[in-house]
Amino acid sequence: MSGLSAALRGRRGGFAIEAAIEAPARAVTALFGPSGAGKTSLMRAIAGLDRLEGHCVLDGDIWQDEAHFMPVEKRGVGYVFQEASLFPHLNVRQNLEYGLRRAGPVRVIGLDDAVSLLGLAGLMDRSPLYLSGGERQRVALGRALLSQPRLLLLDEPLSGLDGAAKEEILPYFEALGQRLGLPVLLVTHDMAEVERLADRMVLLRDGKVVAAGPLNRLLTGAGIGLRGGREAAAVLLGHVAGYDTADGLSTIAVEGLRMLVAGRAGPEGGAIRIRIAARDVSLALSPPRNSSILNVLPALVESIEPVGDAEAVALLRLGEQSLLARLTRRSVRELGLLPGLSVFAQVKGVSLLTGPGEAERD
Amino acid sequence: MSPDELLPPIELTLALALVTTLLLVLIGVPIAWGLARWRWAGREALAAIITLPLVLPPTVLGFYLLLLLGPDGPGGALAGLWGARTLAFSFPGLVFGSVIYSLPFMVQPVRNAVEAMGDRPLEVAATLRAGAWDRFFSIGLPLARAGILSGAVLAFAHTVGEFGVVLMIGGNIPGKTKVLSLAMYDYVEGLEWGNAHLLAGGMVVFSFLVITITMLLERRLRSRLA
Repeated sequence: MSGLSAALRGRRGGFAIEAAIEAPARAVTALFGPSGAGKTSLMRAIAGLDRLEGHCVLDGDIWQDEAHFMPVEKRGVGYVFQEASLFPHLNVRQNLEYGLRRAGPVRVIGLDDAVSLLGLAGLMDRSPLYLSGGERQRVALGRALLSQPRLLLLDEPLSGLDGAAKEEILPYFEALGQRLGLPVLLVTHDMAEVERLADRMVLLRDGKVVAAGPLNRLLTGAGIGLRGGREAAAVLLGHVAGYDTADGLSTIAVEGLRMLVAGRAGPEGGAIRIRIAARDVSLALSPPRNSSILNVLPALVESIEPVGDAEAVALLRLGEQSLLARLTRRSVRELGLLPGLSVFAQVKGVSLLTGPGEAERD
Repeated sequence: MSPDELLPPIELTLALALVTTLLLVLIGVPIAWGLARWRWAGREALAAIITLPLVLPPTVLGFYLLLLLGPDGPGGALAGLWGARTLAFSFPGLVFGSVIYSLPFMVQPVRNAVEAMGDRPLEVAATLRAGAWDRFFSIGLPLARAGILSGAVLAFAHTVGEFGVVLMIGGNIPGKTKVLSLAMYDYVEGLEWGNAHLLAGGMVVFSFLVITITMLLERRLRSRLA
């Protein structure tokens, strides 16, 4: 299999971990869960920094099994830690070259490409001590990529940054797996990062995998526990189909349907991901007329699950992808909503999660 | 009073301090690294043994070193290999004693520096394909260099100033084991105030210079590591 396949178990800091994780090449797989779920422990074990029982295989090469344990430096893992952890006695250029010089032939990215990809040209001769948090993390990412890794591990790389620095650096992390052809694992407890960066998701709780799969399915699927939350939303993948200069609206094609979104979404034909909150979707049995709502999508009700005392969340199928709608139970009753029913989803708000990125679909 | 007779003890002292410091850097840094980074059973016991000379009266340490280096000890047996009777009362004996005596001054600052560095820089280096030796030389040593400098200067100064141990194991032989502090003592005993003043004043100036230069160097190193 191409990509990472790991099954690890053991005890770390008093709780048990037993998890199997797959991370295909050319995709970002998010390890998501509350703190203490074992995300970082798993990541460190995959890198070989800590030892858990089990096996770990990358592109068919055994990194760990019952008989073998390959040391970290032989694995080729680009690891970006929460704190950038740049070498303080080296300047930015020397930090970037540290892994590059030890890596052998360039397979992932060369120095010049990394410098321009991450916008590091102006920083090269600076000491890491005089960089901002966002700049440091960009250098750390560059340093990891230049070690020509076979697997990129991002361990909460954004959570040490404030809002502005996060916004500044997020685009650099978008579609990394896709651009570099690597499997990427991202540890995070921030759903906004998952929605923006991940193609796939592994949901962890108490050291166990609760669910794993393509992002859209994990966010909307039954029995996973994400779709009932206040902030529940679906992330859909599509591409840019046009831009209307007069109205300032972009047309986004998703599953053969067209949606209008305020703002310029990027070059025509480019891949795009959009986020639709469950609270911003209402349902009608016939296409509404004389409404201010621009986006009305024909969909199929797949399931309805009660939430809290008065509400329910409906899963709507839209071709291959799914959408969520949060409704009152009274509306469900009065409209006679049932699985299998065709409805019109009125979408009040769509946000662009900028940047290219293509997730697996199933 | 002739400055000529001042020279041998000064030369001897500087030679002793330089050789001792060099050996301490070679021995002390790996010991400090091991104490700071490796979790093993005898760790704190070794740390305590290395620290002992800090607490023991120098004469007590000198007494045991004398037994160790003397004709009936392992030092004597070693000296027998090249036909000598004992390692005591010789320059190598002084060096050995000084290394033991000043070891804690070398080890402690380096151990602190390595502990302050933590695991992370070495972990990062490992993910960047650096093996264990590579990590030690490319990351560990540079990040501990302020501690190594402190340790070396402390060890050097401590060796220059030692008295009790060198008296016990060196025997105050002029030109051979009579170091500066012993010469100083003899001048005062012999009421040769002129020479005593020269030596004492020279030591004050020397010490002041060493400390000032070290502090400036250390501040530069540390500010670059912050």
